Amino acid sequence: MAQTKQQRLIMRTVILAVLVVAIVYTIFTSATKEKVAVLSVGDKAPDFTLVDLNGEEHSLSNYKGQGVFLNFWGTWCKPCAKEMPAMDRQYEVFKDKGVQTLAVNIAQSDFEVQRFTDQYGLDFPVVIDKTKSVMDAYNINPLPTTMLINPQGKIEKIITGEMTEQDIAAFMEQIAPE
Amino acid sequence: MTLVSVSGNLLFIAFVCYLAATLFFGGAVKSSTKEIATSEKRWGRIGIIITIIGFISNLGYFVTRWIAAGHAPVSNLFEFTTAFGMMIVGSFILIYFLYKTPLLGLFALPIAVIIIGFASMFPTDINPLIPALKSYWLYVHVITAALGESILAMSAVAGLIYLTKNIDLTKKSKQRFWLEAVMLTLVLVLGFVASTTTFKVMDYEASFNYIDKEEKADEITYNVPPIFGMNEYEALTPGTMTPLVETPPIVNAKKLTTVTWSLIFGLVLYVLIRLIIRKPIAALLQPLAKKANSQLMDEIGYRAVLIGFPVFTLGALIFAMIWAQEAWSRFWGWDPKEVWALITWLFYAAFLHLRLSKGWQGEKSAWLAVIGFIIIMFNLIAVNLIIAGLHSYA
Amino acid sequence: MNKILCTCGHENPKGTVLCGSCGRPLTEEASNQKLVDMRYEGSARRSQTFNKSIIDKVWNFFSSVKVGVSLIVIILVAAAIGTILPQVFYVPATGEAEIAAYYERVYGTFGKLYYQLGLSDLYGSWWFQTLIGMLGISLIVASLDRVIPLYKSLKKQRTRRHESFMKRQRIFGIGENALGENTFAKSEEKLKSLGYNVKREDGAVLGEKARFSRWGPYINHLGLIIFLFGVMLRALPGFYVDETMWLREGETRAIPETPGYYLKSDEFILETYDKEKADEVFNDAIERVGTIASNYQTDVVLYKKPEDALPGQTDKLEEVKKDSIQVNEPLKFEGFAVYQMDFRLDELRSMQFNLSNKATGESLGDVSVDLVEPEMSYDLGNGNKVELLGYYPDFTGFENGEPQTQSPIPNNPAFLVKMTTPETPKGETSFVAIKQTVEPFGENKYKLEFNNVETRDVSGLTIRKDKTLWVLALGGLIFMIGVAQGSYWNHRRIWIHETKDGHIAVAAHTNKNWLSVKKDLDQVTLVANLPPYIDQHDLEALEEKKDGEKSS
Repeated sequence: MAQTKQQRLIMRTVILAVLVVAIVYTIFTSATKEKVAVLSVGDKAPDFTLVDLNGEEHSLSNYKGQGVFLNFWGTWCKPCAKEMPAMDRQYEVFKDKGVQTLAVNIAQSDFEVQRFTDQYGLDFPVVIDKTKSVMDAYNINPLPTTMLINPQGKIEKIITGEMTEQDIAAFMEQIAPE
Repeated sequence: MTLVSVSGNLLFIAFVCYLAATLFFGGAVKSSTKEIATSEKRWGRIGIIITIIGFISNLGYFVTRWIAAGHAPVSNLFEFTTAFGMMIVGSFILIYFLYKTPLLGLFALPIAVIIIGFASMFPTDINPLIPALKSYWLYVHVITAALGESILAMSAVAGLIYLTKNIDLTKKSKQRFWLEAVMLTLVLVLGFVASTTTFKVMDYEASFNYIDKEEKADEITYNVPPIFGMNEYEALTPGTMTPLVETPPIVNAKKLTTVTWSLIFGLVLYVLIRLIIRKPIAALLQPLAKKANSQLMDEIGYRAVLIGFPVFTLGALIFAMIWAQEAWSRFWGWDPKEVWALITWLFYAAFLHLRLSKGWQGEKSAWLAVIGFIIIMFNLIAVNLIIAGLHSYA
Repeated sequence: MNKILCTCGHENPKGTVLCGSCGRPLTEEASNQKLVDMRYEGSARRSQTFNKSIIDKVWNFFSSVKVGVSLIVIILVAAAIGTILPQVFYVPATGEAEIAAYYERVYGTFGKLYYQLGLSDLYGSWWFQTLIGMLGISLIVASLDRVIPLYKSLKKQRTRRHESFMKRQRIFGIGENALGENTFAKSEEKLKSLGYNVKREDGAVLGEKARFSRWGPYINHLGLIIFLFGVMLRALPGFYVDETMWLREGETRAIPETPGYYLKSDEFILETYDKEKADEVFNDAIERVGTIASNYQTDVVLYKKPEDALPGQTDKLEEVKKDSIQVNEPLKFEGFAVYQMDFRLDELRSMQFNLSNKATGESLGDVSVDLVEPEMSYDLGNGNKVELLGYYPDFTGFENGEPQTQSPIPNNPAFLVKMTTPETPKGETSFVAIKQTVEPFGENKYKLEFNNVETRDVSGLTIRKDKTLWVLALGGLIFMIGVAQGSYWNHRRIWIHETKDGHIAVAAHTNKNWLSVKKDLDQVTLVANLPPYIDQHDLEALEEKKDGEKSS
């Protein structure tokens, strides 16, 4: 008798506990409205291939063993424009230290991108994601967003919003191969 | 004669049949003292035959209008409410053959008549379907939902008879007050029909410019004399009444005016009735209801919910969700109409559980059935007219 | 003392009201009642038997039907409150501040209060979801607590019941045995022909029909639990995708969250009912309402990138299918569905300009600028040339002499151009927008004048994947089976006994629809000459009967 009583208590405890945990989890996720991020720090950066203004293909896998400073931007986006000259200067500093810079424009015209790079005299490769597929693969929402990809091809850090020149230098340092 | 006018005539025939059948059911109930039980049968039989003729004519309306429009006539407020009235009669016929109770007809048919009369106050044009409605789920969902609701309504009819019979109307009580309030509500619906018809016959029309709640200018046409004016209104039709009160932008003064006119007509009508019969309407009906067997009415009330609840669930929730997934990409979106269908469902679920408890049969159960019907009517009418949402097609 | 021993020898668990075997009342209260309470066969609800620890108390709380009904009513009322004003997701505003302002502006103080109390997002609130969760727990606990003892007692029931059980049934009759032994044989035969399962003992018959309907409520509860479980699954990653995309005519775009699918819009079509062409019966409605839309449609081509292709490699896309997405007709592929949800008409696609001599008005030719891919320069022949220096698709004004654009969408395109003609070989610079021309470096001889546009439409599409749908469908199906089983069938039992003094006693019980069991009993009575029965609940009929007896 005592045994069945004991068993029943355990049974009840287990059932209630499972239900409460499941419900609390559901309510918590819906309350925080945490969209399950497609990509997060530590994930492998998805490979992609885009074409630059000169018709040259750039793939992430080309830079195996190097750090990649991957910047998503648009010509109309003011913070993007502001950080570009600093990025260009740091690109010159780090390109021989194994850190590559790649700027991905989101679906704008060749004309706009060309005029922009001419205006700012950018030397690093600028590619255009005409179908927004790379933007989608990287789950980019606000511009600018920068992904730091380390020499192992993993995402080291995701930065949304404008960066100062010091930030850029520190970030590039962070993903430089040993 | 075009198909559309045939359809209209069939509806009218049905309407008249229902009125006539009500009288016969009244005769059946009235005459049934013990020695003339056969007479009850005869009057009752004539009543149900006329009801069935009316129902067939009503189905004829439905089918011919379907053919004329190319889609089931359930796509606007007139069509849907009429179909609901028709299905109430259908449900009554079903219950009649299960329980052989003419008395139910005496209460159910006038309700169907009021509903169909109410329906015809809305624009009766045949609408072409907007893209969202172009789906066979329109027929499946709406017809099943209305059918479920109409069977549930039978529960309220049985409940109303139970209450009319069992509430002591000689003494002042909460029950007496609320029962009379239900009767008053029915008269107010007649008030709406009366006021709308009156002004329709007069061909009343008054247009205004106004500023809506989004601060945009718009134009509106009243078909009744404007008691309330829209926000910052500006009369466009000369020689019409000047609104007595201007309302803030959130209020739809046109609807408020219609409601007010219905109240005025309804109340006048009610006072007239009271002056003529010199007692509450419930008291007038009580001698008729006295013939009812309370236990049987309670049983019918419960059985109607048992039959209607699964149908309602299927039509108003399950089919609705399947369609919503196809049309709006999500099976549930907390649209007011959806929520009120859920509320109706929860209410009847609570009803079914309460029936299991002691003390919830009989009178309490009858009250619940009446409240359930009020919720259904609220969802049918008020949600479309007051709370705008995705379902406001009318 | 945890068991109650009935005089018939059957051991019942504590809390039992009616003996599980013979039906004898086991409590003081039950013996005093005129009619027995047949709920759950008078068996002991599990929750009532133990009531010690906190867990037991919580369990008992959720086991109560009263608590269940209260939860239903609270949810019902809360749901109704949520329909008073539109919920946040139906409000044309984004961002907290804007939404708060909207409620206050449109609905005044009440709207402000409604927003501040969180009623504007009631269905997403933690407390509303907690209520639903509690109802779910109640469903599980209450069902478990009832279905097991009910199952046991129905399985154990004996054919012969105690007389006190018979007498306290709602339908009961007692009288002479007119046919002797034959009564039972005839009753059995008739009951069988009515579809009853018949058990016969010496001097006792039990006919039982549609016991399975007793499981209906538990099956429908199971369906609801599965449904709620399906809803909870959405919280898990990968089960649910809800994305939107704007797709312009002619554009090819990656479909968000899909594995390498691309969508190209060939055309967006908006059709309305035309009084001339539509069926004549619609004329009144069209006249009254004005414009009635008949179709929203996007003609699309669905592409998939080859297995080995990387994101961004769009030169080798493989066509999967051509389709027309309409309202009610989503495009479906690999568990995804793309819906026609919204549209924007007439977004600028290209602009035509005319180059002319200001003084003479002589036209030197037209320039058509593609707003998606503008070119560097446009040659008009005869040495006339227009060069594009800058393109500002959504021009907002000048900042430090620089033209500004606020987005990449051509809502208000503006250009900085250099016009070169044989007369002006060095070129003249001009800033050209739709309503504005600025000549930054002094008066020009030539002007580039805007004269026409071409537009295209934009389709608003929603992309969904919902892996929980089949769970929900299964739950709904099981619910419907259970609710139909419990509603459209009813468990009927008829007992016919020979009493000690040689009379015949009949009793009948059903969980609902008493008319059915009465009809059945009437038929058996007719065949087997059973004594007449009375409905002990139907007091009015009893009264009437008494009156009748008195008067006759």
